[in-house]
Amino acid sequence: MTQETRTEASAVQGSEAEKGPAAWEPRVVAFICNWCTYTGADLAGTSRMKYPPNVRVIKIPCTGRFDPLFMIKAFERGADGVLVSGCHPGDCHYTAGNYNARRKFTVFRKLLEFSGIDMDRVRFSWISAAEGGKWVETIKNFTDGIRQKGPFQEYREMIDVR
Amino acid sequence: MSKIGVFVCHCGENIARTVDCERVVRAASRVRGVAFATDYKYMCSDPGQTKIKKAVAEFGLTGVVVAACSPHMHEKTFRKAVEESGVNPFLCEMANIREHCSWVHERDESTTQKAIELVRLMVEKAKRNASLTPVRVKVTKRALVIGGGVAGIQAALDIADGGHEVVLVEKEPSVGGHMAQLSETFPTLDCSQCILTPKMVDVGSHPRIKLHTYSEIEKVEGFVGNFKVTIRKKARSVDINKCTGCGECQMKCPSKKIPSEFDRGLKNRTAIYIPFPQAVPARPVIDREHCIYFTKGKCKACQKVCPADAVDFEQTDEFVEEMVGGIVVATGFDLYTVDKQGPYPEYLGYGEYGYGKDPDILDGLQFERLASASGPTGGKILRPSDGKEPKSIVFLKCIGSRHPSKGIFFCSKTCCMYTAKHTMLYKHKVHDGQAYVFYMDIRSPGKNYDEFVRRAIEEEGAIYLRGRVSRIYRSGDLLIVKGADTLSGAAVEVEAEMVVLATAMMPQPGVEKVFQKLGISYDEYKWASEAHPKLRPVECATAGIFLAGACQGPKDIPEAVAQASGAACKVLIMFSQDEMLREPVVAKVNENTCIACWYCLEVCPYKAIFKKEIRDRKGNLIKRVAEVNPSLCTGCGTCAATCFSNSVDLDGFTDEQLYSEINSLMAVGQDLFGEPEKGEQGEGEAKAA
Repeated sequence: MTQETRTEASAVQGSEAEKGPAAWEPRVVAFICNWCTYTGADLAGTSRMKYPPNVRVIKIPCTGRFDPLFMIKAFERGADGVLVSGCHPGDCHYTAGNYNARRKFTVFRKLLEFSGIDMDRVRFSWISAAEGGKWVETIKNFTDGIRQKGPFQEYREMIDVR
Repeated sequence: MSKIGVFVCHCGENIARTVDCERVVRAASRVRGVAFATDYKYMCSDPGQTKIKKAVAEFGLTGVVVAACSPHMHEKTFRKAVEESGVNPFLCEMANIREHCSWVHERDESTTQKAIELVRLMVEKAKRNASLTPVRVKVTKRALVIGGGVAGIQAALDIADGGHEVVLVEKEPSVGGHMAQLSETFPTLDCSQCILTPKMVDVGSHPRIKLHTYSEIEKVEGFVGNFKVTIRKKARSVDINKCTGCGECQMKCPSKKIPSEFDRGLKNRTAIYIPFPQAVPARPVIDREHCIYFTKGKCKACQKVCPADAVDFEQTDEFVEEMVGGIVVATGFDLYTVDKQGPYPEYLGYGEYGYGKDPDILDGLQFERLASASGPTGGKILRPSDGKEPKSIVFLKCIGSRHPSKGIFFCSKTCCMYTAKHTMLYKHKVHDGQAYVFYMDIRSPGKNYDEFVRRAIEEEGAIYLRGRVSRIYRSGDLLIVKGADTLSGAAVEVEAEMVVLATAMMPQPGVEKVFQKLGISYDEYKWASEAHPKLRPVECATAGIFLAGACQGPKDIPEAVAQASGAACKVLIMFSQDEMLREPVVAKVNENTCIACWYCLEVCPYKAIFKKEIRDRKGNLIKRVAEVNPSLCTGCGTCAATCFSNSVDLDGFTDEQLYSEINSLMAVGQDLFGEPEKGEQGEGEAKAA
């Protein structure tokens, strides 16, 4: 991302808020599996629970489908936090997809840390189809945490340096 | 150039209350590639669907995005509508702006923005959708029923009577379940065994039912239409084919002091035993934990006395593989144990009620055994402590149920009715006895149910006290029950000779292991989850697996039986076709770039990927590549995320689609939310209707 587009970006966000620059809102992307977490988030909806509207959900069939590069791409495109959530260990709709995801994430975590990514901006969780409340809590906590951290400026600067 | 149609649903007020649908339409119409955008009050209704069909024809749409409820709710509806208008159904996507947006956020600018972004995301995905053809798979027309209680029995009989083979697996030595333990049933007071045992016999003798008792599910592989199930037949130590069920072994067994599970500890059984006289199959089993031969190495009294030479101490667990097309889960319930040592350590017990310490404090099923003609007392109500007839019994309802401080929030549903029944059974057997009932509310909806409770109170003279009991303690021969009557506001103390606790219904302990093997979801209490609480109450989210009875939540007999027949019917519908169509979300391999590292093979949970050799005309090996068998692949996409050379992709969730979704969300620098300027048509030739 160039300096130019960033100015444009803030211009966009400016249009959505006449409240001034203080109205920055965290952008959270959630990659969630179709069977557990997506249904859990549906349950939060049918139960009319409330959580901050900062999260954008991208549905994947299983956390096994999650490629760590999706996370990198999301940060590159301006996400301030990325959440990955699927079925609890043992409950995977596809038997073992979440185990593969966990393994991959464990390894990838080290690389992220090494490359200077703030690990508080990344979250991995298990939320079942029955845990609407847990989904709400996770989103609330995560969004609040990101809000305190502020925009992920470091990463954007980092990828600009060539 | 794609021509996507965007259809924004108001869902009555459900979406429109918090999301400005008109703005969503305006913003959507400006997204590149959107040819048409409109909104409507109820998109799923007939006029709503007609709107979609008309737009597809009029604008020659190449894809449809319906922004409405969760795809779990109506994706099928809209895909069907799109298909009917002549476009491949898999070109239709849903943006979830209800469950994930309007219902969980306040009416606010940011909620509408989120809706717009979700729509844009799905548009980006829809643009890259491919026409897919459902995968055809053969249906194995045999069913598996897990659990031999009344629900499992009913489901098995219905499927078998429908003309298909059924494999019925029961973990106990006999079918029958909890219903076999009951004395009489509400609201008719007909004898439970008299109505159940004929069905048990039918299950045992039906030519199309293969019964595996004393067996458990070891492994489940495959998918809808083609499950391969491995069943562990636990070593019974008795050759069921040689045994005639004469019962000689039971008489001779020297180990006689084992509390009977069937009589809930009110009677003892031997180590080799038939659980109850009407058992199906009426064949004994050796309880190896208590058998003297297995614990001490000598005895073999049963073997010596057996006229059929059926006792086999060397028997080992046997594994049987069964191919089935559909599965009915009917694992049932167990009672919450109130003395802290039960199978549910996560829930607090009721130490203050003295269950398990005082022999005259019973649970509902123990009282059923006392009242049952086949029970330990031959149907007489006698105190376990001294065998005396109790002249007053206090019944406590909601033990565990609806008690948040004990960790259980739900209502067990059956206890109000069975407690009323217990008071009647007691009155019928002990005419001068007095029944007291402590209750929170009386919940008796159901055909003839409220009349039944009124009868217990008004005609049979049970005294109902509204309030909870704080403590029960023994004073000589009596149990003192201290509680409150919240209607009069007074503290009450009742002297009872016996106390019966209506304990909560809980899922079978350890049942989650079975659910995990099946890949079906369950809630915090481990009740199995249905696909939709209202419209798909007997199906699991996992295709081909259905629910029957109390494994899903507390149920009484008529409900369990009705649901079992419903599940059987679902199985029969599935078996009415030779082939079924499966979602074409399957992985595919790009053979040109595959480097044959076989990592995909290793991660595939379904063993759906094979090694394929590519040869030239002369038969020389050119290269080896991975190949996906689409009828085995279930579309989890683990292979696609693992592939080093980016050669595996997942139809419906391709890398291209997912990356463009990410890109769309973060489309920094594009004014997505701005109003179109006057006279401006937006990007592309979009038209806002």
